[in-house]
Amino acid sequence: MKSSLKLALGLASAMVASTAVSNAAHAEDLTLCWAAWDPANALVELSKDFTKQTGIGMKFEFVPWTNYADRFLNELNSHGKLCDLIIGDSQWIGGAAENGHYVKLNDFFDKEKISMDDFVPATVVGYSEWPKNTPNYWALPAMGDVVGWTYRKDWFSKPELQKEFKAKYGWDLGPPTTFDQLKQIAEFFQKRQIDGKTVYGASIYTERGSEGITMGAMDVLYSYGFQYENPKKPYEMEGFVNSADSVKGLEFYKALYDCCTPPGASNSYMGEGVDAFKSGQVAMHMNFAFTWPGLQKDENVGGDKIGYFVNPKGPGGAQFAQLGGQGISVVSYSDKHESALKYIKWFANKDVQAKWWSLGGYSCLNAVVNDAKFPASQPYAQAFLDSMAIVKDFWAEPSYAPLLQASQKRFHDYVVAGQGSAKDALDGLVKDWTQVFQDDGKM
Amino acid sequence: MLNRTAENVARATPEQLARKVRGVSDRGLAWLFISPTILLLLAINIFPLFWAIYLSFTNYRANRPNEVVKNLGFANYQRILGDQDVWIAMQTTAHFVFWTILLQTLIGFTLAWLIDRKFRGHAFWTTLILVPMMLSPAVVGNFWRFLYEPQIGLFSYVISFVSGIPPTSIQMLSNVSLAPWSIIIVDTWMWTPYVMLICLAGLRSIPEYIYEAAEVDRASNWRQFWSITLPMALPFIMLAVLFRGIENFKMFDMVNLLTGGGPGSTTEVASITLKRQAFESWRTGYSSAFAIILFVAVFGLANIYVKALNKVKQR
Repeated sequence: MKSSLKLALGLASAMVASTAVSNAAHAEDLTLCWAAWDPANALVELSKDFTKQTGIGMKFEFVPWTNYADRFLNELNSHGKLCDLIIGDSQWIGGAAENGHYVKLNDFFDKEKISMDDFVPATVVGYSEWPKNTPNYWALPAMGDVVGWTYRKDWFSKPELQKEFKAKYGWDLGPPTTFDQLKQIAEFFQKRQIDGKTVYGASIYTERGSEGITMGAMDVLYSYGFQYENPKKPYEMEGFVNSADSVKGLEFYKALYDCCTPPGASNSYMGEGVDAFKSGQVAMHMNFAFTWPGLQKDENVGGDKIGYFVNPKGPGGAQFAQLGGQGISVVSYSDKHESALKYIKWFANKDVQAKWWSLGGYSCLNAVVNDAKFPASQPYAQAFLDSMAIVKDFWAEPSYAPLLQASQKRFHDYVVAGQGSAKDALDGLVKDWTQVFQDDGKM
Repeated sequence: MLNRTAENVARATPEQLARKVRGVSDRGLAWLFISPTILLLLAINIFPLFWAIYLSFTNYRANRPNEVVKNLGFANYQRILGDQDVWIAMQTTAHFVFWTILLQTLIGFTLAWLIDRKFRGHAFWTTLILVPMMLSPAVVGNFWRFLYEPQIGLFSYVISFVSGIPPTSIQMLSNVSLAPWSIIIVDTWMWTPYVMLICLAGLRSIPEYIYEAAEVDRASNWRQFWSITLPMALPFIMLAVLFRGIENFKMFDMVNLLTGGGPGSTTEVASITLKRQAFESWRTGYSSAFAIILFVAVFGLANIYVKALNKVKQR
């Protein structure tokens, strides 16, 4: 009887003790919020090292891209404590800084000797700074990303297609360097029979609901001469947003949509693009670089069958690409700032950043991307580097959301629905954006 | 039995509480019972309504909690009523409401009339027809999106089989002219059974002796339908129209799932515009004013309609 009692007491104590230990561990757990995509899975893997080193557990709250902005902006606006760390989209930085959602990191960076000079300049401007081009940092560049292209190297290298293409267009079929070339290739493949299947020219962004068509159209418009504002007079958009060159760029995007996309591709964004490419529907595929590791590994279209190229040049030779990607920030409403900052410090470490790249994340650290071995480290590494060198980003204003909604509507109305002209769409955009900035008291 | 239960309850009630309850009037007791509901109603419906009315006169934005909230008077209302896009969205909404109600009423009443014949297996067919109504709109939206797929969708294949047009040319969700109809088709498919149920209730409520009297008078089937069936079922049909009208004026889920308002803004109904302004552009004050306008429009139209319905019932 006595021994049974002892055993029971022992078990009870063990249970109490284990609960206490587990509670103590849970008290240190950090929750990191991000989008649900391949890089997030890589981050889960990477973060195991952080837990090993510090004993701080990591929990993750990943939300599909379609709900990512809604979910987390609601969380931040309602001062929620769900996220201790957040990898927020580049456009959020202005609003998050002005509304006090993120902890300013300048003092922390100074104390920990983390220098923004060690990161790719475009990512610092895009993901960390607000106001732009000032040394006020609200995030550490976490996931470099940019719109680029993949193509079916195996189709491009078919001798009969090469011969036919050369005869038709007078130049060798290969990755395009200009948008005109891109359209010619897309036209060439549109509705062609390859291996007994009808294929199409290109998958481009046309999504209406969130940001898809804006990211796609901008990818072309920048290289045609679009500018957000007069470089000498902020918020003056007339003649810049709707310049003759911008009009030509938007006309080109519509022409590409009309001539060379798969049937029903009127609401296509990252996921739909990947599906179109993976299912062997398209010869070329516009998408953010984060999709490349997954495509490279794909049994049907990856390996030797896939190639990568940088967003082509516009008619005047200008070449830009739409910036994607995000920085990692500490949420000001979290009660665990100290642990969250430990994570940022750990994440900024060179070895961690090198592992991040090897797992499928895109490091923004110069030491990683400027390493002599980097271009050969993956088949897409050089295209990523070249793309990151020519990036431009959408308005990062606190009012980025209504600005984005306006461009979504204007572009979709013209490109997909065929309503009005490119000039009408861009004139309308100037009107909408002017209204937004007037509401903000900036004009 | 009931009395015995009441006596047991009375006996089990502590004396102190029983004395207190005994002192409460019937009216007081009624208020006591309904007060939780009233409080919930105030908290969930009435307070948000008044709060939205207040916000509609301000420049408040939910994503700028630190910003000073300014009173704008009627500026938000003025801006909405002067905004061409809002009027286009209202026209789109009216288009959906008109066609969905027309089709659902015609098909729903016809189905109810056929089911009312009580043929062999009518119970099975009634259950089968009701299935779409029982599905979640999210399931229906995704299901039909696949059916409409130009490359793999069954809908395109069937149309192609019948018409000879290549399936890839039948782009129901991408084509500006077809996209509104793609939503009307799905909404009609889903909600016609609901109209049918209401109409069936109406048809079953018509006393059999009226038809027997008409038979005695040698009234033709058409005459019986025109003079008995339709007038007596009319209040039920009008009720179905009222319910579907209110629902379809607020139509959101189906449009959002099928087209998201596109292509362009072709299928952007008022509720989609409202959602974009409120939760994507974060113009909380502006969207509150828009919501109030929509509420007043539905409330006003429904009121006029209910008056007409009452007149029909009194005939």
